[in-house]
Amino acid sequence: MADTIKLEVSRYSPETDAAPHFQSFEVPFRKDWVVLDALNYIKDKQDGSLTYRWSCRMGICGSCGMLVNGEPKLTCATFLADYAPQPIRVEPLRNFPVIRDLVIAMNDFMRKLQKMKPWLIRKEEKPVSEGEYLQTPEQLEAFKQYSMCINCMLCYAACPVYGLDPLFSGPAAIALAQRYNLDSRDQGAKDRFPVLSQHDAIWGCTFVGECTRVCPKHVDPAGAIQQYKLTAALDWVKSVVMPWGGK
Amino acid sequence: MKSAATPTPYTLNHPRWYRKRVSTYWWLQRWEYLRFVLREISSVFIAWFVVLTLLQIYSASRGPNAYGDFLEFLKNPFVVALNIISFFFVVYHSITWFNLSARAMSIRVGGKKVPGFLISGPNFVAWFVISGVIAWLLLRS
Repeated sequence: MADTIKLEVSRYSPETDAAPHFQSFEVPFRKDWVVLDALNYIKDKQDGSLTYRWSCRMGICGSCGMLVNGEPKLTCATFLADYAPQPIRVEPLRNFPVIRDLVIAMNDFMRKLQKMKPWLIRKEEKPVSEGEYLQTPEQLEAFKQYSMCINCMLCYAACPVYGLDPLFSGPAAIALAQRYNLDSRDQGAKDRFPVLSQHDAIWGCTFVGECTRVCPKHVDPAGAIQQYKLTAALDWVKSVVMPWGGK
Repeated sequence: MKSAATPTPYTLNHPRWYRKRVSTYWWLQRWEYLRFVLREISSVFIAWFVVLTLLQIYSASRGPNAYGDFLEFLKNPFVVALNIISFFFVVYHSITWFNLSARAMSIRVGGKKVPGFLISGPNFVAWFVISGVIAWLLLRS
């Protein structure tokens, strides 16, 4: 077994470069190292200017998403041993503008996420003295899967629709809207409907399904979008069949 | 004197951010994307089979001569080739459609999510049974 492994890392300096280029680094190969460990090694020992995001290094903060050999991955959960002895290519997430090296601009995602109102909406808040909003295990189960999203944006990097149409709300934002729609404590489904039932939102999705495949938390955003399409379509049918129905 | 307090205006999309254009051939870059695009293209062949069926009904309604002409048209090598290709696309479309149906529907019985194969399974069974009945009707002579 070789004791080093080659990393080809995408570098981009907005001050000097017109386009990103690859730089190769030899790092120690250890079977318990993930790609993020290798990047940290490069930054500590070889080139302190290497720029990337990371925080928890345990798959929960969603900061260290990058392309590893072209595939969107959390670098803290991607082992060198799975690629060795071939060199590993590390690039910033696809479909986002690159600020520097491996850091992408996430403003667009944040704006879209906020538009979905991903928080509990109540028509009337009940006073604290009346206690919590209780929920049965079944009611929790209805949305729990979607609540696992860590906003790592791997799904955006995997989604060709988002790459081709920057207006598309994207997988995670819609899955999180659905997470609150399905929450028994939430009463905001009607507020989210006009945002979700748009060409740029659910109807933009062509069900490529790549978002679900790359999701490190098994959220299944593609499923969430299709299920909401069904909800929106049924809602439309209801409005045609029963125009007097309570809206 | 120039005021040093003038802030740099915030630009939502910084001019120095690097944006990579999506290649026209993005769908050739990954096997998964190619599979998706083939699934989308299959709708054209589905439409062709619908048109073909309508033409068949129309010619049958115009009597035996017109129907004979239609059958001659079907024997055209170009039409035969097109129909063979269409057949494979329609099969591919049906398989992917039934598989996707399981993921698009979240059915809960007694608080438990019904597993996917119980949703796509009956679709496949119905497809094979109906195809079998049609094959039997056509081939029984």
